[in-house]
Amino acid sequence: MNGVRVAGVGLTRFGSHPERTGRDLFAEAAAGAFTDAGVDRGAVEELNVGNFMGAIAEHQGHQAPLLAEAAGVRCPATRYESACASAGVAVREAVRTIRSGEADVVLAGGTERMTVLDTEAATDGLAIAADDLFEVRAGVTFPGAYALMARAYFEAYGGGRRELAHVASKNHANAVPNEYAQYRREVSVEEALDAPPVATPLHLYDACPITDGASALVLVSDEYAAANGLDAPVSVTGTGQGTDRMALADRTDLARTPAATDAATTAYDDANLGPADVDLAEVHDCFTIAEVLAIESLGLADPGEGIGAARDGRTTADGDIPVNLSGGLKAKGHPVGATGGSQIAELTRLLRGDHPNSGHVPDAEVGVAHNAGGTVASAVVHVLEVRG
Amino acid sequence: MTARDAGYDEWVDALADGRGYALVCPEGHGSLPPRRTCPECGATTFSEEPLPERGTVETVTVVHVPPPQFADDAPYATAIAAFGPVRLTGVLRGVDVGEKELSGDGDDDDDTAGDAATASDADTADDDPIAIGAPVEVGVAARDTDERRVVTLRPATE
Repeated sequence: MNGVRVAGVGLTRFGSHPERTGRDLFAEAAAGAFTDAGVDRGAVEELNVGNFMGAIAEHQGHQAPLLAEAAGVRCPATRYESACASAGVAVREAVRTIRSGEADVVLAGGTERMTVLDTEAATDGLAIAADDLFEVRAGVTFPGAYALMARAYFEAYGGGRRELAHVASKNHANAVPNEYAQYRREVSVEEALDAPPVATPLHLYDACPITDGASALVLVSDEYAAANGLDAPVSVTGTGQGTDRMALADRTDLARTPAATDAATTAYDDANLGPADVDLAEVHDCFTIAEVLAIESLGLADPGEGIGAARDGRTTADGDIPVNLSGGLKAKGHPVGATGGSQIAELTRLLRGDHPNSGHVPDAEVGVAHNAGGTVASAVVHVLEVRG
Repeated sequence: MTARDAGYDEWVDALADGRGYALVCPEGHGSLPPRRTCPECGATTFSEEPLPERGTVETVTVVHVPPPQFADDAPYATAIAAFGPVRLTGVLRGVDVGEKELSGDGDDDDDTAGDAATASDADTADDDPIAIGAPVEVGVAARDTDERRVVTLRPATE
């Protein structure tokens, strides 16, 4: 099996760019990835891109050939859709393609244009990641679904809005130095607690923003990196994916996300390591409660213990296991179909030492990325390691 | 948009008539229609078992930022309740979900920063519109926004 390296990463600034098309956003991210990699775009053998709501937001289906054009590549191109895990799945398939020997160079990532929609339309667009018949028709929105999970979590394990506010405050603080982040400003716990409700018990600062942005990664085989003298110290050593019942009501436990546990178990086994080896994590905190559920699924906190991790400083920038040093979806932003690629781009920068927050993890060797779709009916986990 | 969804709409019809049911496979796994294969065990035969008269609320939220289809309903509550072999998701009716307003309640006064640990949950928790564990009945009603029918949960009457 061929090893896989992250040769280069590219991101747009995440934020509100309502006038910019998804193709333009991806073109910028791809160009950045090629420059960072020192790989010529002509070397790309496959393109895997995530996109969730292009059909709704910009009346554009069939994005793959369009994004191949935008990136300046001509090769087999496929768009992946797994809601907010779309880019995670696209990256995972790129890793599998390189491992299989089918290709040595794959461009993977995603793009999403969202702020062109007003809040109601964006809320509606995101809700279609839930079960239309049994959830959306019963008024379940994207925040509402995570709110139902949060309320169930509080009932099962305790904790409350204050603990979630600590997650928000932590991730906002992490985003301040990140040049790609949407919200580079601190939010205090009290400020988060005082914000208006979106879907109780989740309030404004428990929710990620609506974001435009794109991510791109140049992934290469070990052999390609060696033969071309690439400076690519970060390897993707583990990949895993999990699936759960679509509707929350059909899950065994409303306060757990077993799809992510399955993905993590597979990824850890794949990398031949475990949660105790992890130095830092980028997790899918579309809502503050989602970070709590994520770190429990990754084995970084025991069930019921994740709620207090940010409050107790375990997951802060200088804690035992920093979580979301990029600012997370919460403060860096969440262009849904691009997020899974962005997480791996940020982890790569953090591990290489060229991220503004790398100073918090100077000796880190193992990072984990957790990307979730919907209410974690889909989950993808990747393990990244520094390899000389 | 107006086409019926076979299986699902017959099930909602049955709920509206007070004849709600769950599909139950030979292994006892409950599910809802349309269903050809049990998602838990792969069984392909089901019996239609009447839902219990009352379910039990497991979680609830009050939605303040609605999608367009619920624009005139907001704020509204959605809950998940266990009814025997299945859980149902429905709009909660017959409870107080607060006024239709969107202003933040900004009368936080004293400095709680010093004793945040003890100030905790009582002063920051949102009121639940119904208690977790409370009994509810399932039915069907019209949405305020567009009159389309929705599955509803209501506090059980004595």
